Amino acid sequence: MRDLARITQFDRRQFLLSATAAAGLLPLITKAAHGETALERSRQFEETFARLTHGVTPVAEKIVVDLPELADNGNFVPITMTVASPMTDADYVKTIHIVSTANPVALVATFHLSPVNAVARVQSRMRLAKTQDVIVLAELSSGEMLISTTKVGVTIGGCGD
Amino acid sequence: MAANPRIKLPESAKIGEVIEVKSLITHIMETGNRHDKYGKLIPRDIINLFVAKYAGQEVFRAEFGTGISANPFVAFQMRVPGPGTFEFSWTDDHGVTTVATAPLALT
Repeated sequence: MRDLARITQFDRRQFLLSATAAAGLLPLITKAAHGETALERSRQFEETFARLTHGVTPVAEKIVVDLPELADNGNFVPITMTVASPMTDADYVKTIHIVSTANPVALVATFHLSPVNAVARVQSRMRLAKTQDVIVLAELSSGEMLISTTKVGVTIGGCGD
Repeated sequence: MAANPRIKLPESAKIGEVIEVKSLITHIMETGNRHDKYGKLIPRDIINLFVAKYAGQEVFRAEFGTGISANPFVAFQMRVPGPGTFEFSWTDDHGVTTVATAPLALT
């Protein structure tokens, strides 16, 4: 009997715990799931992306983009882009583009490289108007394109007035 | 107005070594989206082009938009092909080009 009582008590506590957890967390989970899909992409972004990729479907590999998860100041966000490439005459990264999905102007910068660079790594500092995905596209000498998507949260937006 | 162009190179390098080259210039990078205190739009004024040459050959080029921060900074890598001097140029929306040069010390 004592054992049964303990079990009952435990069950009740567990039920309470899980109920509270479910009530408290479920909206958060739903919100997060919505947040992932609801990140707006500007029409200018879509047009710029189509122009830069010119019909080639970019592959999500070989690019590492280092951006902060949360940028306190959107006027000044450090970005480092590294593409795994042999950088030989036969196989090198020709261009790297930074494209913003929610800034007033989508194309942030284009960098032109060649085999003399030996390592396809570029660093710069960018502006972010608000929380958004930052897209980095790399075009290889073969014509193949690579893509990386990084979500950056912005506390105080840049670019604006 | 662009001012104070800076080039940062390693103190010395060997031929064949891959080095990091950093560049910075003082410039407001005005986006063209901001208004002055009278509500008038401040026209766009940015450095839109940066070109790096080494020993007379172009080794890196960047086209900047308004999404690049004020005082544009860029760093890139280069395998040292031989002795030479870097020549960097920054061009603004008015077509004005600022040039800076720096020799690379070889060991």
